[in-house]
Amino acid sequence: MIELRNVHKKFGRKVVLDGVDFSVADGETVALLGPSGSGKSVLLKHIIGLLHPDLGEVFVDGASVSRLHRHALAALRTRIGYAFQTGALFDSMSVYENIRLGITDDTCYRDQQFCRTRVVECLRLVNLSDDVGRLMPAELSGGMRKRVGIARAIAGRPKYLLYDEPTSGLDPVNADAMDALIERLQHELHATSIVVSHDVRGSFRIADRIALLHNGRIRAVGTAEEFMADKDTVVREFLERDIEPAAEG
Amino acid sequence: MDSSVTTTAELPIHVNAARVVARPALMALQHAGRFGMMLLELIRAIPEWRAWLPRAFEQCQAVGYGSLFIVVLSAAFSGGVAAYQAGYQFTGKVPVYIVGAIISESVILELGPVMTGLLLAGRVGARYAAELGTMRVTEQLDALESLGRNPASHLLLPRVLAGLVMLPVLVVVADATGMAAGWLAAKGSIHISNTDFVYGTQRFFRTFDLWYSVIKAEAFGAVVTIIPCYVGFEAKEGAEGVGRATTAAVVASCVLILLLDLLLAKLLL
Repeated sequence: MIELRNVHKKFGRKVVLDGVDFSVADGETVALLGPSGSGKSVLLKHIIGLLHPDLGEVFVDGASVSRLHRHALAALRTRIGYAFQTGALFDSMSVYENIRLGITDDTCYRDQQFCRTRVVECLRLVNLSDDVGRLMPAELSGGMRKRVGIARAIAGRPKYLLYDEPTSGLDPVNADAMDALIERLQHELHATSIVVSHDVRGSFRIADRIALLHNGRIRAVGTAEEFMADKDTVVREFLERDIEPAAEG
Repeated sequence: MDSSVTTTAELPIHVNAARVVARPALMALQHAGRFGMMLLELIRAIPEWRAWLPRAFEQCQAVGYGSLFIVVLSAAFSGGVAAYQAGYQFTGKVPVYIVGAIISESVILELGPVMTGLLLAGRVGARYAAELGTMRVTEQLDALESLGRNPASHLLLPRVLAGLVMLPVLVVVADATGMAAGWLAAKGSIHISNTDFVYGTQRFFRTFDLWYSVIKAEAFGAVVTIIPCYVGFEAKEGAEGVGRATTAAVVASCVLILLLDLLLAKLLL
């Protein structure tokens, strides 16, 4: 289980998170929505311990992330797969080596045969052919980079999967394909997932619950139906911006 | 505009002065703290040899073999120039074998290590700062950490070790090349005999001179790797930030090399 309790974070004078309370149960998929710059990615980075809260605490499997010793934090990170917005692939390594680095168990990582099988398996899970493993990240399109990033995130069979804007920068067809991929991975891997996005329709499709981050706080949380029925003006404005033009179209 | 807001210009002069002094001091303290933490992380990464050892070999090859040509070239030129200048200044004033001593001592004690250090500050330091800076701004460092991997053992320690191992080797090569080039140049310009050159070199040579050269190389090796690694690691704000980090890394490394050169001369000679 992932739980954030009263998390505050400031960068200089800019308050990004202003008392976030939020939890995700095991096996659940939650979409975290919010406008650009609302602190969604910052929140994800707190969960994996890349950032620490100024106040409040983040718990993963009952352990306070900011209080973990470095070895315990590294061990926790092996249970979390993080798919970065741009893929964040290591550009001096081939796609194969990038995904192999995601195999977090050291014994498995040193087993060449295991690595070959696992990398091919992960490439197929994200709908990429085995040949892609030979390419360098610079040779990939934006969508392929994101998929390789996801393949690297799932290579270590994590319990938790964090997706940072998986559909941003993709055309509608590829964005739909990415949503379908995330949906399929949830069914095949049974991982607890948080998907950060500003794409409302895609989030409704893949998530069990939706949360809206606004002005540094969680403004609303609920199922897609509860979210749609929410009378809060901020929620309505956010939904209308994305849903209604699509309905009209 | 709200008239109750006090602008910086309206503040009493002592408050402004305190701000001017306090902010850089605070930033310097922050840098010192983060630099200290990075050094601690480097030490903590030593037991993770499976991660750093193969990468250290790759870096040694890049630093050593990759820098060999430019180091040999610059050492040859500086040895040659030392010979011409010694010939110009001392011919007819001191015994000719003194020129051999001047060339070998100036190359071993000063030109070899300092020229090599400054060259590597540009070649290796700039590369490390740009590589790590780019990795920082494109979230590759975050990605590495998110996989439970330690950036200190995967990225920093191999680079620092490569500097510590390869810079002394390059300095010894530079010393030998500089002396050989100086010898040839002296033969061509002031027609010094081989016997005089060898006599002059041996007359004033102490084994400690070579150790001094290697100690300086070791210190410069640490400077041209640790400083750029730190600066690259701290890079922010996109391509411009990487550019700033690269410049800062090279300038800081060069200045520190010159400072250390003075300090080591004072302490060891």
